[in-house]
Amino acid sequence: MDAAVRELSYAQAIQEAMAIAMDMDERVFLMGEDIGVYGGAFQVTGDLVERYGTDRVIDTPISELGGAGVAVGAAVTGMRPIFEFQFSDFATLGMEQIVNQAAKMRFMLGGEVSVPVVMRFPAGSGTGAAAQHSQSLEAWLGHVPGLKVIQPATPHDAKGMLLAAVADPDPVMIFEHKLLYKMKGHVPEGHYIVPIGKAEIRREGGDLTIVATSIMVQKALEAAAALGGEGIDIEVVDLRTIRPIDRQTIVDSVKKTSRLLCVYEAVKTLGIGAEVSALVAESEAFDYLDAPIVRLGGAETPIPYNPDLEKATVPQVPDIIAAARDLVKGVR
Amino acid sequence: MAGASKAVMDSRANLPFVYRQYSPEQLRQVLHKMYLIRRFEEGAEECYMRGLIHGTMHLSIGQEASAMGICMPLAEDDQITSTHRGHGHCIAKGAEVSRMFAEFFGKTTGYCKGRGGSMHIADVAKGNLGANGIVGGGIPIAVGAALSSKRMKTGKVVVSFFGDGANNEGAFHEALNMAAIWKLPVIFVCENNGYGMSTSTARSTAVKNIAERAAAYSMPGVIVNGNIFSEVAEASFKAVERARAGEGPTLIESKTYRHRGHSKSDRNRYRTKEEIEDWMANRDPVTLFETELRDFGFIDDQGIEAIRNAVAKEIADGIEFAKASPAPEIATLENYVYTEQA
Ligand SMILES: Cc1ncc(C[n+]2csc(CCOP(=O)(O)OP(=O)(O)O)c2C)c(N)n1
Ligand SMILES: [Mg+2]
Repeated sequence: MDAAVRELSYAQAIQEAMAIAMDMDERVFLMGEDIGVYGGAFQVTGDLVERYGTDRVIDTPISELGGAGVAVGAAVTGMRPIFEFQFSDFATLGMEQIVNQAAKMRFMLGGEVSVPVVMRFPAGSGTGAAAQHSQSLEAWLGHVPGLKVIQPATPHDAKGMLLAAVADPDPVMIFEHKLLYKMKGHVPEGHYIVPIGKAEIRREGGDLTIVATSIMVQKALEAAAALGGEGIDIEVVDLRTIRPIDRQTIVDSVKKTSRLLCVYEAVKTLGIGAEVSALVAESEAFDYLDAPIVRLGGAETPIPYNPDLEKATVPQVPDIIAAARDLVKGVR
Repeated sequence: MAGASKAVMDSRANLPFVYRQYSPEQLRQVLHKMYLIRRFEEGAEECYMRGLIHGTMHLSIGQEASAMGICMPLAEDDQITSTHRGHGHCIAKGAEVSRMFAEFFGKTTGYCKGRGGSMHIADVAKGNLGANGIVGGGIPIAVGAALSSKRMKTGKVVVSFFGDGANNEGAFHEALNMAAIWKLPVIFVCENNGYGMSTSTARSTAVKNIAERAAAYSMPGVIVNGNIFSEVAEASFKAVERARAGEGPTLIESKTYRHRGHSKSDRNRYRTKEEIEDWMANRDPVTLFETELRDFGFIDDQGIEAIRNAVAKEIADGIEFAKASPAPEIATLENYVYTEQA
């Protein structure tokens, strides 16, 4: 196949990145629940255990707190662990090691150590797995100085950002939306890096800026395409990193379009949309705004099991279309 | 047949525990419920395959004697916390299959009004505080329920079901310790089916028998063959007596096996076909109990046939009830997040 158009799924792209990282650096290894012969709950590690052996693809017992702590300890002492939480919801069990230890160790020790650990979190709703297996908790971790938190939205970025995370000297938390795992897209061969902390403009436009994260980037692009037919010209910013946030790209885009819509799956209140709105309100872009800022986020409820309720919990393409249209037409 | 059965009844003294402890009618009820669990899960699986149920589910087929044996000595207001593999616990504690099906179909008539699904199935009225999506999540909650029982002097005993995988979570260790220091009326039931998802206990757990961990928390640790109803019920009976007498917790390790994969997306790569077939052919808990009941003269072929037919009808009716039930209105999306106040 022509290398320039090679396509991989999002899950395959992550797997390839982990293989490249292990090939390049003996210190890199993988840890997690059922990542060996089972291949990972979402088949992201796949057959890596066959290629790299059980010393580098380690099945842990069901021990999230302990497992996260072991990864932190190995990272501080010279290894480069990539730790998979089976579901992002189980970050809640590992929180102590993530928040109190990994994030603060370098600071507390006055810069004497680094914690180059990577943690991966399959996240989000849409699979019928109900309240304890569908959450989007990235903003929780985004609130913690010392962590870097990323949400790649394409197979290309999933690979490049994972390789950036492995090369990073500090703890990097990767939130991967489960519904993206099967998404296919162009993924270059070999090693490349997509920098942490840089947003990407996925579609240029002059009427409205949509700042979206993760799977909402795809939904925003669909909405933008539909509204293009109505003569509404939308710019879609893929935030990609929520800590450190790319303030400049957002501000520049809003200065150009004069309108801002934030779209994210996590619960709306106290979420990433609040941060994006506030940073725009605090910036020179404020004077350019022609309309109130609007946030579209998850409902104020845990994720329900019933599929129709589940869909209604998070923003869908028609919701984005309606909100964007209202904003541009001045209904709001 | 009737004569033989009478002769056997007279010599009940030599039979295993449950045949001495419970009436023939109660024991036939147990067989009925074991079939109900088995057929419920087969029915749910079929509905899932046909796209009528979404999400995922974890079937306990092969573990029915464990659920039934543990719940046998429990009173209606005793309580349990259950797991992701909790359909059997739910039925054993008294739930109706129609409302369970309704839950799996996401309907308002379901036990969780369509919000929970298989992984959060519960029946609070019957003392089932809920299955759990978090491995080990229910263990400390059971200890809390036992604390309530002790403080409020309700006399309730609480059972916490969990798997072999859960015994490596911190919550397991913290919970057992607190239950022991406070002598709470709680029974920890580890249903050891050999695997936590793909990871065998040999690979996940430092001790050979999980019951050995009881020693670290100064409580009795009992190992039972989880596929033999009488063995499980006997251990549970003793643990319940101990709990009611205020003597504190017990850890029961019920060794069993799940016939199906971990969930609907398991390719069974971590175990052999021979192993699965061996358990199905030689240690099926429903077959074992049915054979025993018949051999001891507590039931005849006609009686077994009647149970099977009754169960088949209950399952078919349950599915019909679920299908005919209303789905929740989207407008109710944010209900039940907080307690409604007048
Ligand atoms: C805290 C947590 N970690 C991981 C999982 C994913 N998971 C669900 S069930 C399961 C295996 C549990 O094994 P075990 O406790 O033996 O119960 P079994 O499935 O065998 O009944 C795993 C890893 C989870 N739900 N919760
Ligand atoms: Mg198990």
